[in-house]
Amino acid sequence: MRYIEPHAHMVSRVTDDYVQMVTAGCVAVCEPAFWAGFDRSSAAGFHDYFCQLTEHEPKRAAKFGLAHYCWLCLNPKESEDVKLAEDVLALIPKFLDRPTVLGIGEIGLNKNSRNELKVLEMHVDLAARHGQLILVHTPHLEDKLKGTRLILDVLKSDRRIQPGRVIIDHVEEHTVERVLDAGFWAGMTLYPESKCTAARAVDILELYGTERLWMNSACDWGVSVPLAVLYAALEMRRRGHGPDLVDRMIYQNPLRFLSQSPNFKPVPG
Amino acid sequence: MKRRQVLDLYFIEARAKVIDLGAFLDRVERAEGEEDFRLAAFRAALAELSQPGAHKARRVLQAFSDPTTEPVPVAPGKGACGAWPRHA
Repeated sequence: MRYIEPHAHMVSRVTDDYVQMVTAGCVAVCEPAFWAGFDRSSAAGFHDYFCQLTEHEPKRAAKFGLAHYCWLCLNPKESEDVKLAEDVLALIPKFLDRPTVLGIGEIGLNKNSRNELKVLEMHVDLAARHGQLILVHTPHLEDKLKGTRLILDVLKSDRRIQPGRVIIDHVEEHTVERVLDAGFWAGMTLYPESKCTAARAVDILELYGTERLWMNSACDWGVSVPLAVLYAALEMRRRGHGPDLVDRMIYQNPLRFLSQSPNFKPVPG
Repeated sequence: MKRRQVLDLYFIEARAKVIDLGAFLDRVERAEGEEDFRLAAFRAALAELSQPGAHKARRVLQAFSDPTTEPVPVAPGKGACGAWPRHA
């Protein structure tokens, strides 16, 4: 079964995960810039991370025939330090011409603070000035609803932003409708404990349609499952959804959104 | 799917989850000490399951959510605990 993993933090995963994903049918993996689990002490740490994302990780994936792409930013968990954010954002333009960069992400909010909001606006401006796609992280748990509202306000207030070129990730039942109604794409993250289970993700696509939705594992160094997209595909099949609809959700939809970046080359299925 | 098919597919799994919720509450209530806002939010969320109408998952999520609309002055750390302390 062919599929695209549109959100995975492979620098945190072991090589065996690449083997399993490729064996299961993964044809491309996309890696947003992320929090390392600790705060980096300077912009130089981000420079090295961006080199890892654009140089080392594509080579590691290529050993198994897998195309690896990435998104660049300073993650919302480190956005409280505005000076650090300014220094990191100044680094990003020189990486945007690298052949596997898809856009700016995953930007957004974490605890919905004023500084996080300011840094989000800086990232949105950077993406707009450079004509980049945007991938948005919405906050966790009790902070998600408020954060999603604030993020939508920022995006909708910038007239340069085209909703069809922005994916707002980690939606759940209480946020998906407002994201789709505003014209944005929505991502459902499949986590065993937080975010969406496979069954709830399939509920959401049954309720809201498959036009601008994708599913991702967002596997990282925490509790997460690299093959989660395929388990959700299995859940679709258990409910009687046919192979065409499954293919649309796990291959065609990510392909359609990501192909808006000239760097994302359509991959053979 | 027909309602019967949904029940055939998910009833046992949902039944197990309800029993787990009961066991969790028993465990909390057996333990000594004060409870906090998380348990109050949990009970508020459980009450949503008994309400009629659709969108129960959405209403449960909303019961745990911060309903305010203004950004906070400073991030109080990085983590989330799963419930907004409205009941604190």
